[in-house]
Amino acid sequence: MGTFDEDKILLAHGSGGKLGHDLVEKGFLPAFDNPLLSKLDDSAVFEARGRLAFTTDSYTVTPIFFPGGDIGKLSVCGTVNDLAMSGAVPLYLSLSFIIEEGFPLSDLGKIVNSIKDAAEEAEVKVITGDTKVVNKGSVDKLFINTAGVGVVPHGIEISGSNARPGDKLILSGPVGHHGIAVMSEREGLRFATQVKSDCAPLNRLVAEMLEASDEIHCLRDPTRGGLATTLNEFATQSGVGILIYEDWIPVTDEVEAACEMLGFDPFHVANEGRLVAAVAPDDAEKVLKQMRQNKYGTEAAIIGEVREEHSGKVVMRTSLGASRIVDMLVGELLPRIC
Amino acid sequence: MKFIDEFRDTELAKVVINRIHRNSKRHIRLMEFCGGHTVTIMKHGIRQLLPETVEMLSGPGCPVCVTAHKDLDKAIALARDPEVILTSFGDMLKVPGSYSSLQKVRADGADVRIVYSTLDALQIARENRDKSVVFIGIGFETTAPTIAASVMQAEEEGIENYYVLSLHKLCPPVIKALLDSGEVRLDGLICPGHVSAVIGSRPWDFAARDYGIACVVSGFEPLDVLQSVAMLAEQLEKGEPKVEIAYRRGVRREGNLRAQELMNTVFEPSPAHWRGMGEVPESGLRLRKEYQAFDAELCFDFDPGPTREPKGCICGDILRGVKTPLDCKLFRGACTPEHPVGPCMVSSEGSCASYYHYGNL
Repeated sequence: MGTFDEDKILLAHGSGGKLGHDLVEKGFLPAFDNPLLSKLDDSAVFEARGRLAFTTDSYTVTPIFFPGGDIGKLSVCGTVNDLAMSGAVPLYLSLSFIIEEGFPLSDLGKIVNSIKDAAEEAEVKVITGDTKVVNKGSVDKLFINTAGVGVVPHGIEISGSNARPGDKLILSGPVGHHGIAVMSEREGLRFATQVKSDCAPLNRLVAEMLEASDEIHCLRDPTRGGLATTLNEFATQSGVGILIYEDWIPVTDEVEAACEMLGFDPFHVANEGRLVAAVAPDDAEKVLKQMRQNKYGTEAAIIGEVREEHSGKVVMRTSLGASRIVDMLVGELLPRIC
Repeated sequence: MKFIDEFRDTELAKVVINRIHRNSKRHIRLMEFCGGHTVTIMKHGIRQLLPETVEMLSGPGCPVCVTAHKDLDKAIALARDPEVILTSFGDMLKVPGSYSSLQKVRADGADVRIVYSTLDALQIARENRDKSVVFIGIGFETTAPTIAASVMQAEEEGIENYYVLSLHKLCPPVIKALLDSGEVRLDGLICPGHVSAVIGSRPWDFAARDYGIACVVSGFEPLDVLQSVAMLAEQLEKGEPKVEIAYRRGVRREGNLRAQELMNTVFEPSPAHWRGMGEVPESGLRLRKEYQAFDAELCFDFDPGPTREPKGCICGDILRGVKTPLDCKLFRGACTPEHPVGPCMVSSEGSCASYYHYGNL
């Protein structure tokens, strides 16, 4: 961000007048510099070929800065990951801010920088955007909406309804970090924890997995509702049963301890940089090996398999050797974690 | 942070399970009093690992679940008072009262705030001197000492706008009432670990001595529970019911004397209403005369109106161990964690919620 006369966001920053122009010229353009954006026309116009994937998400996380990330990084990774989970190569993002009057410009600068860094890492370009400023109290600090466009390469058919009996389920790393990192920053719950959010763009990892195998049937990032909810979605959408093994699922000691304290199940806690894949059994080891080469997949593990039995349900073999249902998250575990 | 895995050690667990299978010859009926134990049992599938001779029943040990409609209605009526900020542990918000819930009155504009400790409630009282801040004192002997401490702190600081609606319940008296009712035949009791950390194991002596019930105070990890079942089975095989502590890392025979002293300074036993059991003598706690200025029950004029129990809900029977959630016609249909009819589906430690989440295969 360049230098500004004010140190806070004013209503006039969103009015389309001089201050608004200043913010775009000095704040946003230098960070996201690209020919499509800098034209500053009403829409960004671009060429695209093939099947397009299109997605949108709004980010309202509180607090906006948390260990391992902030709302800006999240707003890029979340949308990039949604595209990647459809097998798409993410290309472009839109970026809309809704900012509460009085929001510190220095904080906006930090958030814009994180968006820039995350977009560069994910190799996506922000090509259109908008800023609104609302009266104090109308939003809590700052909300972000991003939409993303990507191209799905020929022959890629990935869907939550494609799981087949026999498929192996691969998880890309330990679960629960994002939810616990956000929770640990919440007022009234300041417990000593070193857990950092796992927030990360996974499109590179997905591209490498798809290069390694054309037998990847399902991909999903277990965000709100956690691993348990994603597996239940696979089971319901595909009309199959899912069996997982408690001992095979990576959970760090820190997350497990925090969950014990708060009465949460780590399988219900949100992630922002993990994925679950259903892969044909013959290709599972190959995909797993490939995933472990990527920095976001070093702790990837096979956690279970798809079955014909108990269709629509997720069953877990517990460490003690008994079995139990793994249910979807019901109700609200943590409001506004993303 | 290695304090969980040891108590989930698979190999050790197998040894204990084998011990139970080897030693349990005759059919025994055990009750886990505490909702926390029910969660452990369901979550780790412990029932499937026990021999057919060991039958497990869930007891009334969930403070949210046993709170009577009548008392919930009081809290809801208090919350409606525009001069009141009602503070509560989160679990209580969703529990349906006769006509509404704290969550609903909050949506209608009542100032209801979730706190994680009484210290937060006191802080709200400090910051809002023009309002009355009421804390719903819910829980067993485990939470009562901290709530007593908050009342003493308020007195010391001269915080005059802090009140407690004391809905506390005491565990040993309700077990006595359950045994006296003769409704459920029991051989052994898995006694609550955290409650006993405060009161010690002595208050359970009556159950072994007067009723011949084997008692073991248990922790909350799967190995704790398995160990306790093994000890109960062995006591019963020998025909020598007594009170033992399996949860030695948390519980001493005399309990936590400092916590008891706090509790006894501020509170005295009183009759209390239990869902499904009605009024049980000496099973609640009310503020002592010296602390009546903090007693919401006495300091506010509120009318909760007539009580209405939900139709078809059998939470009361479930809490007494007479029925299980699977016997309830509403279970998984009209009553789910998202739309709970009864409190046992709301609280994470309620039997219905445990059955719902971890299921029976």
